[in-house]
Amino acid sequence: MIVALEVTTSWYLALGAALFTIGAVGLLIRRNPLVMFMCVELMLNAVNLTFVALSHHLGDVSGQTVVFFVLVVAAAEVVVGLGIIVAILRRKPGATADDIAYLKG
Amino acid sequence: MLDVIWLIPALPLAGVVLLFLFGRRLGDPRAGWLATLLCAGAFVVTVGVFLDLLSKPAAERVGTQTLFTWLPAGGFKVDVTLLADPLSITMALFITGIGALIHLYAVGYMRGDPKFSKFFLYLNLFAFAMLVLVLGENMLVSFLGWEGVGVCSYFLISFWHTRHTAAVAGKKAFVTNRVGDWGFMVAMFLTFQAVGSLSFGALNEKAAGLSSSTSLAIALLLFVGACGKSAQLPLYVWLPDAMEGPTPVSALIHAATMVTAGVYLMCRVSPLLHAAPEAGTVIAIVGVTTALFAATVAVAQNDIKKVLAYSTVSQLGYMFLAVGSGAYVAAVFHMVTHAFFKALLFLGSGSVIHGMHDEQDMRHMGALRKAMPVTAATFIVGWLAIAGVPPFAGFWSKDEILLYAWDKSPLLWAVGLVTALLTAYYMTRQVMMVFYGEAHWSEARPAHDEHTEAADDAHVVRPHESPWIMLGPLVVLALLSIVGGALNLPFTDNLKFLERWLAPVVEEAQRQLPADITGLKWTLAIVATLAAVGGIVLGMLVYLKHRIRAVEPEVLEKAWYVDAAYAAAVAGPGTAAFEAVATADVELVDGAITGVAREVGWIGSRVRRLQTGFVRSYALGIGVGAVALLAWFLARGVL
Repeated sequence: MIVALEVTTSWYLALGAALFTIGAVGLLIRRNPLVMFMCVELMLNAVNLTFVALSHHLGDVSGQTVVFFVLVVAAAEVVVGLGIIVAILRRKPGATADDIAYLKG
Repeated sequence: MLDVIWLIPALPLAGVVLLFLFGRRLGDPRAGWLATLLCAGAFVVTVGVFLDLLSKPAAERVGTQTLFTWLPAGGFKVDVTLLADPLSITMALFITGIGALIHLYAVGYMRGDPKFSKFFLYLNLFAFAMLVLVLGENMLVSFLGWEGVGVCSYFLISFWHTRHTAAVAGKKAFVTNRVGDWGFMVAMFLTFQAVGSLSFGALNEKAAGLSSSTSLAIALLLFVGACGKSAQLPLYVWLPDAMEGPTPVSALIHAATMVTAGVYLMCRVSPLLHAAPEAGTVIAIVGVTTALFAATVAVAQNDIKKVLAYSTVSQLGYMFLAVGSGAYVAAVFHMVTHAFFKALLFLGSGSVIHGMHDEQDMRHMGALRKAMPVTAATFIVGWLAIAGVPPFAGFWSKDEILLYAWDKSPLLWAVGLVTALLTAYYMTRQVMMVFYGEAHWSEARPAHDEHTEAADDAHVVRPHESPWIMLGPLVVLALLSIVGGALNLPFTDNLKFLERWLAPVVEEAQRQLPADITGLKWTLAIVATLAAVGGIVLGMLVYLKHRIRAVEPEVLEKAWYVDAAYAAAVAGPGTAAFEAVATADVELVDGAITGVAREVGWIGSRVRRLQTGFVRSYALGIGVGAVALLAWFLARGVL
């Protein structure tokens, strides 16, 4: 039934899952705050991709609506997150995420 | 006149306000005159209400006046209502009448006291509270007065509060009365539960319909309250100590009025007691036991006021014997005559103390009748009245109580008779020691009070007669003590004024004596008179002629060690018990709390290790948690 090379919804979903996994693993193993931040963005957009794919598949526009909210939240998060990262790097040039362990119990 | 009932308590209250604002400016003696005038004004109003009631037919002799609603709470409503009926007006008459006389006496007695105006403020406050107590139409208003007189009693006992014993005695009276107040309060709760109202009228109306256990419980709890206020066993201990207060206070509060509040309360709820006959038996036994007990103690006291204090406890026991025997008229009758002669005796003793420069030990007195003729003559009238010598007032009331006690149980009568004999004996002892025999004034301790006209020689006390402002009330009370019996003469029904007057209130509960008992009456009266005369003769032989050696064992002087036993019980096991409670508080209650805190702290010290501070470990936690939740939902088939 599956025609070769026809791009179906499953492809998009698989791509989104792969991107999400890459982002999650990157977040867990990298220590550069800027890279970790980019991984978070990657995860967000993987979810966005999934939303859009399913929205198209189901013919329901509400999935795409949610994407707009995610974008807005991501933008706001960038503002705050980058601000924090810049502040940290100013105080401690070359700091990694593990150096900022002030909340250790 | 019935629409001015409110004026009766309002006049002394006005005195309180005026003395509070201007007392110091009025000073000595005008503050005293103001207080006396207002108390006398209340007496005049009471007489007006009395005459008004008297002019009506017996069944209509009741008037109420609602001033305002005090507590409206849903179905529960308490009005401040005053009730004028034969019982409350009888009480109000002698409270205001004798009160005014004692106010007048106090103007002379308290002369020169630095807290002169404050003393009269308290006296007026007391009169107000006492009138609220007797005029209150429901239990809560009466309870307000009940607590008010308790507070005034406390203020006035420890009036000379710089004296340690006075301060302690005030505290003792206050604390002991709390026990009684507990009984009164629980009785109120029960009444509200059973009757749905706190009104005396409603309670008495429905008393017959209550279950026997309920009516018995309410009656006994009210009696506990009465025991506290009226100094009955086992709560009598505060009254002898209350003699630390100024003598007018002892006369007014601790002899004539406040201590009879318990008897009044019992008479007020007489239909309830009628519905619970077992309570009557308990009351009669407690009363007669107290009467005998206090009379034996009075035999061995050397302080002139202590004798009278124990005598008061004993006479109050008589009144409760009357209540318990169903002789409510006799109880009120004895309350009134007792107010006459005991106030007289206390004021007389105050005059003696005044004349002897604050000496209270009777062993240092003697032969005072020459130095103080008026005081001696009036005191002797009081002595004959309390001893029960006909035709003085005490004879008639005591005789009536003994008659009813005989009808209830000859045993009660016998104990009452022994008490009567002892009463005559110890009062004779007092009169002989104070007014007859040889003078022992030189043994008196020198007066250390500078502003009394101290004797020329600092070591010799020269007794002197008191001023007329103090003797006047004595003379009036002496006259009343002579003729007071005319209130209720037992010869024909026409002469029983008090019985007919009180009939609307207590008739229902009054014990019915057998029809033809004239012979019994005469026999009992003759026996009682013989007992009184016997006691007097015995007392004279011992203390005047010295034919018989005086028997004053230490056990009696120390009041059968009851006080010491209470003190030991409170100091020993009592303190130990409270120490144990305190330890339990520290060890168990506090221990549980600190234990929980320590455990939480320990757990926290372990759990804190989870917080690594590494962002990635938190992220891992979130990720694993999200996956776990997702797996959980999938497994449950929710998604």
